[in-house]
Formats: sequence, structure tokens, C-alpha cells
Amino acid sequence: MSRPRSSRFRGVVAALTGLCVATLVVSCSSGSSSTASSTTSAVASSSAAASSPLASSPEAPSSSKAATSSAAASSSAASAAPAAGTLTVFAAASLRATFTEIGTIFQTENPGSTVTFNFAGSSDLVTQLTAGAPADVFASADTNNMTKATAANLVSGTPVNFAGNILTIVTPPGNPVGIVGFADLASPDVSVVVCAPQVPCGAATATVETNTGVDITPVSEENSVTDVLGKITSGQADAGLVYVTDAKNAGDKVTEVTFPEAAAVVNVYPIATLTAATQPELATRFVDLVTGPEGQQVLAAAGFKPAP
Amino acid sequence: MTEATTVPARRKRGWAGTGSGLPGWVFLPAVLGGVFIVLPLVAMLLRVQWSRFWELITSESSIAALWLSLKTSSASTIMCILLGAPMALVLARATFPGLRLARSLVLLPLVLPPVVGGIALIYTFGRQGLLGSTLDVLGLRIAFSTVAVIIAQTFVALPFLVLSLEGSLRTAGRRYEAVAATLGARPTTVLRRVTIPLVLPGLISGAVLSFARALGEFGATLTFAGSLQGTTRTLPLEIYLQRETDPDAAVALSLVLVVVAVLIVLATRARATEGSL
Repeated sequence: MSRPRSSRFRGVVAALTGLCVATLVVSCSSGSSSTASSTTSAVASSSAAASSPLASSPEAPSSSKAATSSAAASSSAASAAPAAGTLTVFAAASLRATFTEIGTIFQTENPGSTVTFNFAGSSDLVTQLTAGAPADVFASADTNNMTKATAANLVSGTPVNFAGNILTIVTPPGNPVGIVGFADLASPDVSVVVCAPQVPCGAATATVETNTGVDITPVSEENSVTDVLGKITSGQADAGLVYVTDAKNAGDKVTEVTFPEAAAVVNVYPIATLTAATQPELATRFVDLVTGPEGQQVLAAAGFKPAP
Repeated sequence: MTEATTVPARRKRGWAGTGSGLPGWVFLPAVLGGVFIVLPLVAMLLRVQWSRFWELITSESSIAALWLSLKTSSASTIMCILLGAPMALVLARATFPGLRLARSLVLLPLVLPPVVGGIALIYTFGRQGLLGSTLDVLGLRIAFSTVAVIIAQTFVALPFLVLSLEGSLRTAGRRYEAVAATLGARPTTVLRRVTIPLVLPGLISGAVLSFARALGEFGATLTFAGSLQGTTRTLPLEIYLQRETDPDAAVALSLVLVVVAVLIVLATRARATEGSL
């Protein structure tokens, strides 16, 4: 009786060990794959930059080579020694497209450096940073969350406002209910989705309502602007209030109806280097790039307004 | 033979390593696993601002969210029983081609991320969904209504009831049913007088699991039903929203959710085990 039992337990041990190994492998591979994906995109566009006549500087080819061999730091040390390293940027979800593009430019300009991004809601990012998540740069979608980060002593130096975003109306393609302005959203026949007042886009919505005296009765108050957009692209509601950049990003999945009252309520995006930065030099360069002409050009192309 | 001798021994001598028939080392990972589940709850408990606790959980929005959660979870549990019990009976007793496939499909909501479930529901019951125009003709507007919350909760909770009840049906076997049938009972009578009383503990624990899952439902609700106080913003959605501005309120409400879940599980667990033994 004891012999089959012990062999059964050996089986259990083997199974447990297998499970542990499997878990480790999964966690490692998922971790590295996310890093890899951002690096891959960088490779693709930096080599594209190298082949274009604009980027004919001598560093460009070596940078694409460095990025291709994943040990970027060592092989590119010859071209720009102090710039090597991995920069971690925590940025608001609405900056995903623009910051990914700026990150590619950064890697081209700083051969040997790699930029990894964590895109999430600004308040989530502050929570993660407060809990000790390692990062070099934080870009928030509102001043409120940057103030929270500053209050928690996470920020080194003074945050710089680098962009602004205003609200716009989006409707399902073709604007089926014929919205022409902000006042139309108060009609009881129109189902409107907005952000909850607790999140930045909702706060902006509430301010526009106060300014105009138009009282919207929404069918849903969403947690994020992407949730509002989702309700419109899936045709669940007649109209939604999102940022102009979201409307632009959604392309022909929505019809945009701009309204003049939006211009008075600008949501400001600040960026700052962090006290816990392991790459303070690269962090400063990244902030300079975002606030400089090249970064501003990328942001403007995506629909962002200049910082007020 | 081995099973028969070790099981009563475990009951008699309790959990201690000696006498359980288990090697001592099994207890180390078992305890670690237990700590892994309990520790985060303790950590959350330590963060509760007790001085503001009552004020935080009795705010208008919190009360509205708690009521909505209890109402919708109860409704979806009833839906789960009405739809899930017959499903479990068919899966456990009937034989037909494609039975295995049917069982896998039933379990699908269990493995789908709830957000994916929500997206699927939008394309089914949404305004431009598969059934949307039909429902529109009938004058039913599901989008952004409490009904949408119940649909989302039922969708994710149904497999729990089916799984649990199907397991009980298989364990109970068909002997008593066969005897009742030979004594002349018609299928409906057998089901009502023999089968259902026999698997009642399984049905209850399945219903409890479904209720708990419905109570915690977040992703599908957020995607499919939206979020409006008193209509679609259930407790998990309220917690997620409060976290944006008032983390203390989010923690306090989380504790309420945990307490409600624990109470329900404990109450019915106790009754279910009494019933089964």
C-alpha cells in the first residue's frame, strides 16, 4: 500500500514542479514580449528613418543596427556613450499613438537607448507610481493627477505643460439624429454618453454644461473617454462627448460635430521627470523632445492643441 | 480500498499533518496558497479609514450602487436557475451527438474575458445588434437599462450554476430515478419528486456561486450596460469610479462587497453541507 502511494506523490511533485516552471515561463515571456513589441516597432521605424534621405546623419544606420541586436546598449556605445539605457515612460492612455511615435524619434536621436511605455489612465498611473513602480517620466492627461504625483514627492523639478485637448461631439457615422451643436445634446430624444464628472473628460463636460447653461441628461457616465467612444462606434448611443484627438483617432467609425463652446475648456497635459528615475539624463532629454518642436509637431498632427 | 480507509480517518483526526494521510510537505504550499488568498484582503482591511467608514458607505451613490447590485444579482441568479438547471439536466442525463461540444460552449463565458463577453452582448442585444432591431420593434430598448446589467450578469454567471448542478447530478446517479420510473412515475414526477430533492445542495451551491459571480461582475457590465447611478452603476463600477477621486471610499465599498459575498457564501454553504450529509 505504501509503494503505490509514494509513487503517486512523486507524480504530484513532478506536476507541481511543472506547474511552477510553466508559470515562470508564462510570466517571463509575457513580460518580455510586451517590451519586445515596443522595441520592434522602434526597429521598424528607425530603419525606415535611416533609409529616408532626411535621416542621413551617420548615427542613423548604426542606431538601427543597434536596435536590431537586442543588446542595444553595448553595441552602440561607440556612437553616443552617455545616452545608452532603457527609459521608462508612464503616459496617459490618450497619448499612446503620439508618444509611441515620439519614442521612435527619441531612439533614433539617442542611439543605444530604448524607450518602454506604460499607457493607462492617469489616476491608475499615479497609483502605480505611488506604489513604487519604476519609471523615469510621467505624462498626465490632466493637471489634477500631476498635482497628486507632486504631492507624493514623485516628481523632480517642475512639471511642464506640453499639450491641450478640447472636447468634441461624436456620433455614429453619418450623424443619424442630426446633431448640429452642443444644445442639441439636451434633447430628451437624443441618447448621450459622457464621462463621469470624477474623471478629467467628465469634469470638462461639466464645465462646458455650466458655461453654456445646457443641461445634459446622459444615458451613461463612463469611466474613460475610450468607453464613451466605444458606445458610439458600436452604435449604442446617438452622441458622445470625447476629446478631439479621440475623434480624429477613430477615423470614419464616427462623425465629428465640433462646437465653438469647447474651445473655452482646455484640458492641460503636463509632463515631468521623476525622483525615482534611474535614467535622469535620458528622462530630461525625453521631456525636452516632447516639449520641443519635433514633439509638438507630432502632437499637433494628432489634433492636440498647444499648451495654454 | 485506499480511498475508503483514508477518508474517514481524515474526518476524525482533523487537519493535522499526522493522520491526514498526507505527507507533511503538502501543508507548506497549501498554507502558502491560503495566505496568498487571505493576505490581500487583510491588507485592504488595514487601509480602511474607520473614522469615515460609515459616512463613506452610506453616501447616496454608494447606497444606490449597493441596492442595484443586490437587485440585479438576485434577478440574474433567478435567470441562471431558470435557464441553467434545465441545461444541467440535459448535459448530465441526455445523450445526443455534439454533447461534448455543447458542454464546452456552455463553459465559454467562464474563460472569456468579461469585456469580450460585453462586446459580444452589444452585437447581440445592442441597438444595431443581431436581435436589436427585433427588440426595437417590440418596443424594448435594452441598451443602458437595468435589464442590460442583468443580461450581462446572467451571461457570465450561468456556467457556474450549470457546472455545479451537472456535477451533483452525475454524483447522485440515476438509481433512484430508475426505481421511481419502474414504480410508474412519469418523467416530470421523477424530476420533481426524486431528482431535484436529491441534487438540491448542488443547486443551492450553484446558485450561490452564480450570485457571487453576478455581484462581482464588472467588465461585461461596463462594456455592455454603461454606468449611470441607480440604473446601471453596480457596486463594482461604483468602486472603480470612486477610486478615481476618493480611494478611501473605494476601499470602504470594497469591504462592503467582500462582507456581502462572505455572508452569502457562509450562510448557504452551512445549509448546503447540512443538507448533503
